[in-house]
Amino acid sequence: MPESSITENRFEKEIVSRAIDQFGCDRENLLPVLGFIRDEHRYLSIEIMREVASRFNMSSAEVYGVASFYHFLPTEPRGKNLISVCKTIVCDMHGRADVVAVIQDMLKINFDQTTADSNFSLQAVNCIGCCDEAPAMLINDKPYTKLDATRTREILKRYYP
Amino acid sequence: MAEKIQAILDHQQIEVAPGTSILEAAALVNVKIPTLCHHDDLQVAGNCRVCLVEIEGRDVLEAACATPLSQGMVIHTLSPKVRRARRDIVSLLVSEHKTQCTTCFRSMNCELQSLSAEYNVDNVTYQSLLDESEPVDNSSWSIEKDTSKCIRCQRCIRSCSDIQHVNALDVFGRGSNMKISTFMNLPMNEIVCTNCGQCVVHCPTGALTERRYNNEVWDALGDPEKFVAINTAPSVRAGLGEMFGLAPGTPVTGKMVAALRKMGFDAVLDTDFAADLTIMEEGSELLQRLTMKFRDGKDIPIPMLTSCSPGWVKFIEHMYADLLGHLSTAKSPQQMFGAVLKTYYAQKKGLNPQDIVCVAGMPCAAKKYEANRPEMKASGFQDVDMGLTTRELGYMIKQAGIDFNSLPDEDFDPVMGESSGAGAIFGTTGGVMEAALRTVYEIITDREIPFSNLDIQPVRGMQEIKEASLLLENCKPEYSFLEGLELKIAVVHGLTNARDIMNQVAAGESPYHFIEIMACPGGCIGGGGAPIPTTKEIREQRALALYKEDAGKPVRKSHENPEIKQIYDEFLKEPLSDISHRLLHTHYQKRRRY
Amino acid sequence: MNENENHSSGIIKKSDLIFAQYKTMYTVLESSLQLSAEQIIETMLDSGLRGRGGAGFPTAKKWQAAASVPAVQRFVICNADEGEPGTFKDKAILRQVPRKVLTGMALCAKAIQATEGYIYLRAEYRNLADELQAHIDIFHEYCDRFKLDFRVKIFMGQGAYVCGEETALIESMEGKRGEPRNKPPFPTEVGYLGKPTVVNNVETFATAMIIFKVGASEYKKLGTPDSRGSKLFSVSGDTRKPGVHELELGMSLYDFVKEFGDGDTKAVQVGGAAGMCVPRREFKNTIIGFEGVPTGGSMILFNSKRSMYNVLHNYLDFFNQESCGQCTPCRVGCQQLLLGTEAVKKGEKDTVYLEQLIRLTETMRIGSKCGLGRSVGNAFNSIVENFKEEILY
Repeated sequence: MPESSITENRFEKEIVSRAIDQFGCDRENLLPVLGFIRDEHRYLSIEIMREVASRFNMSSAEVYGVASFYHFLPTEPRGKNLISVCKTIVCDMHGRADVVAVIQDMLKINFDQTTADSNFSLQAVNCIGCCDEAPAMLINDKPYTKLDATRTREILKRYYP
Repeated sequence: MAEKIQAILDHQQIEVAPGTSILEAAALVNVKIPTLCHHDDLQVAGNCRVCLVEIEGRDVLEAACATPLSQGMVIHTLSPKVRRARRDIVSLLVSEHKTQCTTCFRSMNCELQSLSAEYNVDNVTYQSLLDESEPVDNSSWSIEKDTSKCIRCQRCIRSCSDIQHVNALDVFGRGSNMKISTFMNLPMNEIVCTNCGQCVVHCPTGALTERRYNNEVWDALGDPEKFVAINTAPSVRAGLGEMFGLAPGTPVTGKMVAALRKMGFDAVLDTDFAADLTIMEEGSELLQRLTMKFRDGKDIPIPMLTSCSPGWVKFIEHMYADLLGHLSTAKSPQQMFGAVLKTYYAQKKGLNPQDIVCVAGMPCAAKKYEANRPEMKASGFQDVDMGLTTRELGYMIKQAGIDFNSLPDEDFDPVMGESSGAGAIFGTTGGVMEAALRTVYEIITDREIPFSNLDIQPVRGMQEIKEASLLLENCKPEYSFLEGLELKIAVVHGLTNARDIMNQVAAGESPYHFIEIMACPGGCIGGGGAPIPTTKEIREQRALALYKEDAGKPVRKSHENPEIKQIYDEFLKEPLSDISHRLLHTHYQKRRRY
Repeated sequence: MNENENHSSGIIKKSDLIFAQYKTMYTVLESSLQLSAEQIIETMLDSGLRGRGGAGFPTAKKWQAAASVPAVQRFVICNADEGEPGTFKDKAILRQVPRKVLTGMALCAKAIQATEGYIYLRAEYRNLADELQAHIDIFHEYCDRFKLDFRVKIFMGQGAYVCGEETALIESMEGKRGEPRNKPPFPTEVGYLGKPTVVNNVETFATAMIIFKVGASEYKKLGTPDSRGSKLFSVSGDTRKPGVHELELGMSLYDFVKEFGDGDTKAVQVGGAAGMCVPRREFKNTIIGFEGVPTGGSMILFNSKRSMYNVLHNYLDFFNQESCGQCTPCRVGCQQLLLGTEAVKKGEKDTVYLEQLIRLTETMRIGSKCGLGRSVGNAFNSIVENFKEEILY
């Protein structure tokens, strides 16, 4: 990355601007801004983080430092639909392994991977607060509970392109 | 006045001002509490937990560095509970650290190693968590980053943030994946880093070190075809003694010269000579700018900013690229030295410049980068071949089996070995300004600067931002346009302070004509290549050593250095001449800010 | 409910305060706003309410402290970063009775003279946000009607368990890594944006509202002297009645298991991963409350088919990821516990190594910077000591 090639990055500028128009660019607005960008762009790219740094007058390392602390602010490309399977003990006790097996069989991906068509990414997360209806997962923001192999298969199909 | 706090620390009654931490209070009564993440230069972090102490009535221990004393507190710094926890914590740190002490550059100068020895820590209690998946990052000319030796104390991060406000390093991830790194883990040479090396001086272990060139220097010394010349910066002589157990601030100029000669350098020369040369060029440039502005009414960038600190230069290239016009085009003494060594010196000595190896001994990490800047080839060759830190020099002298402390004092070699007192004080904050004013004032007025003994006190000392003004009266006829001008100057050190002063310049509100900026706190004596530890007190002592050297010099002004007169007579003609411009001035480039 | 069940729950006192649905809107708020700030704090003091997030700090003391620090601005923050494994009661409150929470926040705002409030909602509960925002909008209309200068915003967390720690939560709201701060100063003195700030759990605010509804003297009739009132419990695992249950504090675990167990309960994890694992033989002696085993409400039941090694491993894995990593005992300690437990299981380390690890948890307890590192040993020690053979073989 030669230093002279500081590119225009019109796309990044536009998306960061929209986030800042909505939330502001004082430091306490950083998480809302990063969250907005994640919703729009699925992840925080290098150029987006640089643009955020410039607008917040921080170093890009600080932006990355903050993003990398939080589970839901990815800095690597992600698929359109993010499947977050709860891995905490109660889900584990109630058949989480079957659910994961079905997902992996259907999508042919492992944890922290994205399908070739970029439609799904899969991650394991800590307790999502659905233990009374375990096992559970989130697809994007929506919780799905009382999962078993059949139900998981049926739910996943709804998200097929 | 707030009420004093009364407390009991290890059975001693103590009385301190409100807000005093337990660690500070303990120091007042000579109780030593071990620390790792704490450094006097930096904000309190309270994260290593090595300084834990027991407070009566509390079940858990508290970090002495982060806990203020409160009324009636009873503190135990070495109870069995404290000792057990402390030892355990050091063991835990050792378990994530690459304990490769025998081959580590920081061996015998490592805070973790000392603590681990003091607490008799073993490496069997806990399993090794060492992750060696990440290779050592030696992409930078200046700094090497070895994550396997990192104990996550975050002193580097706070150096880069508190002192330098660059924030090139930060914490990433969390839990077992938490580590200290760069933006997106990019190599050190691809990030916004000034190479100042403050992270290196503040690192307690060998995780961050200078990129070392001592083996290359030994190879050159052993090569009969090569003429190896070393020049050492003013701050090296003020700090090198510390590598041999001498008190900070012990000047060792003569011993250093003797040692370098014994090591086999073909010429032992003085960067101070080049500092005098810098004053001639930079001072003349200031006069030229003042002339263009006040006589010719031209729109020329004022204030002029000094350019001898390569960390600062890279900082402005990244952070204030639009203001590069303010930066003096004069090269730093190191680079001027290299350029004239391989031209003027070579001619005088009848040497083929191709065979000359220019080694620079510097209290600096950024100088290594500066030597390798692609534009620094004015002599037709790489002007400066290798840069060594004060620390590397110390180790090389030890490797040579030299008993440093018993060496006799020797003098630098002639031709580029002579210097004025003005050159000597270059190493401390305010020194360049003082040296420049001694010369510039005299050129304008034909009188010595009106300060007792030529000591310009207002620019001395460790104050973060120093300012002064100097009324120009009875100017020589050719400078009559400056008559009555109040020349305003400022001196700052540490890039956090530089940022404040530059924001003023950027806003067009700077009241100054000339500003000295040094990247490191205290100037070069607090440089990234200075001996470790470097603290505020140590920086003050090293600065005093340089002022002492200045006071003892027969020649105190750069323009009166006979060798300077000689080089202009014989070679350069005059300051800012064509050849001076070609060899002694440079240009800068805009760099990415984020 | 059959007779038998009724009988067995004679000692389990259920109550129905938190989820009770009121017909009128914000009448408790309207009447309570007639009280002065001092009277509000007085009532809270009188109720003996202790924080419902798990740490149990007296709520009135927090309000009092924040009110007493001179400041031009103060903040009320509702901690809805419910991340403790096995806890989901705050979600239920926010879904079913958000008005109670908002009323509690408003009363706190009046007590400490705050004009801005935030609900720090964990990322995993984002699906609650729209509905909650609709309730907030209506709430603001009532604030205007009652001449209360107070506005509440939702602040979305981005996924970090440690942000449930109040100083980490504040750091996170300030746009930083959610790393706990050194204390003192406490948030009531130097909180969000450096201003005095009260951070209370969702349930705490809801309970505050109930105290003003029923009166402090009525409220404190519930529970025991050390543990006033009723509390929500998130019940999961091997249970016949998974879900959120409101129970009076001070019951024995034995009675709890009788009510909720599947007849084969061998252990209950009280208080989530940060809490204690209580084995069957201790059920009778274990009181749920601040005088016994305190809990933020997570109750996970394990029956005899469960491997306690798996339970422990799951928790340690959790802490390894969720420790913020800044302080040595927690960052390195969590890794050593996980690695050490695995090594013992595999026979690579001797049985006695478990004792070394137990000593390590003591260092973590007394040496860590925040409650996360300090509480890792709870689960570790109680599982290792009570189920040693399962850990070993």
